[in-house]
Amino acid sequence: MDILQSKLHSVTLDYDKCIGCTDCIKRCPTEAIRVRNGKANIIDERCIDCGMCIRVCRNGAKRAVTDSFNDINKFKYKVAIPAPTLYSQFHDILDPNYILTGLKEIGFDEVIEVAKGADLVSEYTKEYLKKEGIKKPVISSACPATVRLIQIRFPSLIPNILPIVSPMEAIARYTRNYLVKQGMKSEDIGIFFISPCAAKMTDSRMNEALDSENVDGVIAIKDIYFKLYNVVRNVEKPEQLVTSSYRGIKWAESGGEGTATDNSNFLAVDGIDNVIKVLELLEDEMIQADFVECLACTNGCIGGPLVVEDPFVSKYNMDKIIEYSRECVTKRELELYDEKIKLDWDHELEARTVMKLDKDMFKALEKMEQLEQIYETLPQIDCGSCGAPTCRALAEDIVRGNANVEDCIFMLREKVKEMAEDMVNLAQKMPQTLSEGIKENEKNDGK
Amino acid sequence: MKKQYEVEGGEFLSAGRASAKVKKQLKQLGYDANVVRKVAVCMYEAEINMVIHANGGIIETDFMPDHIYITLQDEGPGIPDIEKAMEPGFSTASDEAREMGFGAGMGLPNMKKNSCELNITSEVGVGTRVEIKVNVK
Repeated sequence: MDILQSKLHSVTLDYDKCIGCTDCIKRCPTEAIRVRNGKANIIDERCIDCGMCIRVCRNGAKRAVTDSFNDINKFKYKVAIPAPTLYSQFHDILDPNYILTGLKEIGFDEVIEVAKGADLVSEYTKEYLKKEGIKKPVISSACPATVRLIQIRFPSLIPNILPIVSPMEAIARYTRNYLVKQGMKSEDIGIFFISPCAAKMTDSRMNEALDSENVDGVIAIKDIYFKLYNVVRNVEKPEQLVTSSYRGIKWAESGGEGTATDNSNFLAVDGIDNVIKVLELLEDEMIQADFVECLACTNGCIGGPLVVEDPFVSKYNMDKIIEYSRECVTKRELELYDEKIKLDWDHELEARTVMKLDKDMFKALEKMEQLEQIYETLPQIDCGSCGAPTCRALAEDIVRGNANVEDCIFMLREKVKEMAEDMVNLAQKMPQTLSEGIKENEKNDGK
Repeated sequence: MKKQYEVEGGEFLSAGRASAKVKKQLKQLGYDANVVRKVAVCMYEAEINMVIHANGGIIETDFMPDHIYITLQDEGPGIPDIEKAMEPGFSTASDEAREMGFGAGMGLPNMKKNSCELNITSEVGVGTRVEIKVNVK
């Protein structure tokens, strides 16, 4: 299998499975994919890891590179930090303790929920929202695909992003701190995020806002699901492992993070196309909310590309789990909190100006003029046969020097037609000597 | 660089399409994020106004390295008292428009706040011309 990997994103192409169709290029929200030489190529710096191409590829040629379950054996002390979405993947299991116990049985020494990290981040967020001089509406930083989308397409909204680590990184920090205090060596501890999300892989390796990160690996929910399923089914008496509140669990759904801020003036949006619409409106200053939660996947993280269950069935399951957790779950006391641990970003985020036509504004204006002129000549039906998602994207590629007008099959046909006409015209032109000769023959025949 | 957009009247759901296209272009051209935001706010407001009050019209954009210039020309009912229209909260929008969340009377004040120059000329029964200039520095 030929896997091409990039540091900038975790979504990759399985070269052998790609048939070069136009499904993924047409659905990519940042126009980051082109079909070249019959295969889909990802433009690295444009990919935001939203996972849309993974969902739409009918051949399973797009996937997210994550760590394998066996990687946990590289560490002496193995810790699972499961996303709350994991609970929604099981039918009729309302008590998360069963699933957390199952994780221990398949090989983890300790299990601490990311939902607890969500609780801690919620507290931090409440304090942040009370601060003077912050830019509102504050946009959640929990969805890494959204954050990268803002960096690429909506840079003016960067100052609005909540400058706090994700629940995943938060719980990893507290967990590592807790275990080290118990006498363990940091290098012996392997913290693995059990993930519904393709973007979290990249986020855990190179988060631009952070100096150091505490997650050692990211395992896709779908990769451990079947192993876990068989074990969870047979758990008779679960350990009491839950530490989080039901509100932390609710973060997995759209609206969960907003609800947990205790500020009802929030807006929640999910699904990448809807997120883009809301970000456009935010940029136009048409939304007066205090807090905006943008989740790239349908219904929120429960609709992530690395899950096994349908996002709506997951929501159905999740609502029941949340209701149950509100009333019945017995929790364990674990002194994770430590005031030394800070959750703020180390750096401000920078815009990613990958959409710019040229560094020089004069040249950029020139290129934009050319782009418009080329676009006018194209058929404007966005068929995708050239390998670019739209005629405008092809015009852009041509101006950037990455494509030719003849990549458009309609333009190519025009050109062939012109050439054919020229050939007919040329074929009718006989050399002088020969054409004279024919006339002579005709005269003779006529006699 | 100049470009023209036609805006349809009464189409609330597609209102803002021209501004979205212009925003995308400005970003591709590499204008500062704050400049893009200012232009976006002004143009979106103006485009919505055109849809609500004037049954559409024509938008012309002109991008220069040091400034961005936008004119919106319509053949709508015109504004009888421009000074009054500039007052925060003043609105003549229809109930239908208000139900859609438009017409709160902050459009023109918002445009003034975000533009470097704003000129509105209007004649009742003939139409309105809005000129917006946003400087890059």
